[in-house]
Amino acid sequence: MLKKPNYFNEMGSGNAIRPPYEGLGAWAAEMPEEFRNTKQSEAEALFRRIGITFAVYGEGGDPDRLIPFDMFPRIFAAQEWRKLERGVKQRAKALNAFLMDVYGRGEIVKAGIIPGRLVYQNEAYEKAVVGIKPPRGVYSHIVGIDLVRTGPDEFFVLEDNCRTPSGVSYMLENREIMMRMFPQLFRENRIAPVESYPAQLRRTLASVAPAKCDGEPTVAILTPGHFNSAYYEHSFLADMMGVALVEGQDLFVKGDFCYMRTTEGPKKVDVIYRRIDDAYIDPLCFRPESMLGVPGLMNVYRSGGVAIASAPGAGVADDKAIYTFVPEMIRFYLGEEPILNNVPTWQCGKKDELKYVLENLGELVVKEVHGSGGYGMLVGPRSTKEQIEVFRLKIEDNPGNYIAQPTLALSTCPTFVEEGIAPRHVDLRPYCLVGENIELVPGGLTRVALTDGSLVVNSSQGGGVKDTWVLAE
Amino acid sequence: MTLLARHAENLFWIGRLVERAETVARLFEVGSRNALIPNTAGGFRNEWESVLRASGSAGTFKAKYGDDIRERNVESFLFFDSDNPSSVASCIEHARENARIVRTSLTSQTWDALNNANQEMRELKRTERSKLSMSDLIDWTLRTAALIRGTIEDTQLRIDGYDFLNIGTYLERADSTARLLDVKYFVLLPQVDFVGTELDNYQWRTILRALSAHRAFSWAYGGEVTAAKIADFLILNRKAPRSLITCAEEACWHLDRLARAYGQTTEAQTQARLLVANMSEITVDDIFEEGLHEFLSRSIDEIAALAAVISGVYLSGEAR
Repeated sequence: MLKKPNYFNEMGSGNAIRPPYEGLGAWAAEMPEEFRNTKQSEAEALFRRIGITFAVYGEGGDPDRLIPFDMFPRIFAAQEWRKLERGVKQRAKALNAFLMDVYGRGEIVKAGIIPGRLVYQNEAYEKAVVGIKPPRGVYSHIVGIDLVRTGPDEFFVLEDNCRTPSGVSYMLENREIMMRMFPQLFRENRIAPVESYPAQLRRTLASVAPAKCDGEPTVAILTPGHFNSAYYEHSFLADMMGVALVEGQDLFVKGDFCYMRTTEGPKKVDVIYRRIDDAYIDPLCFRPESMLGVPGLMNVYRSGGVAIASAPGAGVADDKAIYTFVPEMIRFYLGEEPILNNVPTWQCGKKDELKYVLENLGELVVKEVHGSGGYGMLVGPRSTKEQIEVFRLKIEDNPGNYIAQPTLALSTCPTFVEEGIAPRHVDLRPYCLVGENIELVPGGLTRVALTDGSLVVNSSQGGGVKDTWVLAE
Repeated sequence: MTLLARHAENLFWIGRLVERAETVARLFEVGSRNALIPNTAGGFRNEWESVLRASGSAGTFKAKYGDDIRERNVESFLFFDSDNPSSVASCIEHARENARIVRTSLTSQTWDALNNANQEMRELKRTERSKLSMSDLIDWTLRTAALIRGTIEDTQLRIDGYDFLNIGTYLERADSTARLLDVKYFVLLPQVDFVGTELDNYQWRTILRALSAHRAFSWAYGGEVTAAKIADFLILNRKAPRSLITCAEEACWHLDRLARAYGQTTEAQTQARLLVANMSEITVDDIFEEGLHEFLSRSIDEIAALAAVISGVYLSGEAR
């Protein structure tokens, strides 16, 4: 068995199996190869049948690509989770306080804690929503916090996702499929259920209905359409919540409200859970050429006729430049010490920090400030000299576009690979809901880098997913 | 829960497209059986041309293949061609894409049936053509359509979405029966003397066979096949599951359900009832007096007009 002593193996090894994983080792080791292969293809058939594919149109190849699913679960003990839960909720609360503040009086800037330039000149800062107080003071209703672990008690936040974090359908479907394929595991282990997420999401969305809405609020999910790679997730959530799945063309504005076109004529919509970017919400307000949005929607939003989740402008809180200041936000707004740590980050836009980064490229991870999906990044220790030099030129060309972080020793979790079972690096994205209450289902999406030694878990870069268990006490 | 107008349209089209795939397969069967007997007087229209004309895709075919109307070309065109919007492959693919859009309105069984159909079609497309027999393709299409309709019937909630699926199915089926009957018009008998001959009868029986109705016909009318009996059976007989009047009544029934559910009767219900009323009153003699082809053409137009009204009333989402 491969052993990398410098990485924290969440399962432990040899005689020192960590308690949450007790029992799983034998389960995996005793699984006959043939049975394992059968189960693996059964899982794939199930994913394909329910249509939970990562559709990528316009790239050729199979338009219905599957994200690889690893059957070895990733497990947290109850007390480990308790800490994560408190940390994630604390962060979601502070991020929302920050958003209310920077679209209001800007106290945190006035107090000199965050430079105004980083906030007000940020591309994601929406001047169009300055002064708006969304229902319950919530801008980001679904906060996805990307976490990595480096030791038994060391968790770091890699980034925050305050706009429309995706992947929650995998959290739910991975669990469904595991329960279906290995029911005995669920009898032998006390695994906290995650299936209440859609109900909680609906409750959260309904709780932020605008004041002008009387009676039961009508909630709808706004999707860019069936060519979007996450369309399955949009339709899955609409289905599980029992709400309409609308496109821009299904909505229109009349007077003070927004309506959807139904077979019975127009029906008022009170809360829109949008899965499209700010820029596409309303062509009158943002991009005039956009066909996706709803003309006039922002006016209705401003006058309190409809709630939008996440609120337009929420993106300024999850920017990589703002990220550095989240621990300060927590102290400033909540008067608490951060429970989860940030990864130390160097801003290449700052001269002295740039110098450090350029001198230590071989040990650092360098990312684009606005990049995502694992593209356009350099993982120093896993790159050739040539790659590093090419990247050096890119950074020197536009330093402000990059940040750097130390290469974290991401924890590993046992994973089924061709040769048997081997440790592979993992991260975690829990989904925190913010409305009348702040809620977090015990679980999340564990992504796993399936290539030996790789630290990049993104599905676009060959990453897979795992079921994530939180053991009940 | 409210149904988006756009989603109602997707459901309506799922119904139509599945039925259309089936029709194309049935038309193909008519063509291939007619091609089995010698073209007695070397008529200038061959059996395949009549099939293409009846399917309404003669123009698209000509643009691609010119005048080379051979079985192999027609087979590719009607079954697999993605340039032909009415090919079985196009219908199945589009029905499945419509289903993907309205996943939220379909049961997992209905989705499975549509999704599997699409996966099987992809397999068929990849299979070497010489390994596929025509009759297997026809059987596959009929079986697939039956499976999809079966899951709709057995598993869908009886709500508005179910009605739109069915309205699509029955309007398309009415159109299809009319077109299949009309094939006979295009397969011109060499001369008028041939009416009532073995060739004439053979062609009529083929139509029945293609509609899986030759046994039912025998049961209802006795063995002898005449144009009048067949027209009566496929247009005016309420016992025949694919007759025009049955289809019109079914569509009408589902429209009435919508009117009750929505608490409002519209132009769509009025039109549908009118269509049923007209068909209830005419006789086979009336039809032949008007001319079978003329009657069928008029019916096809009336069905299209009803579809347009339904679309205006329910599928546009405009205020009523």
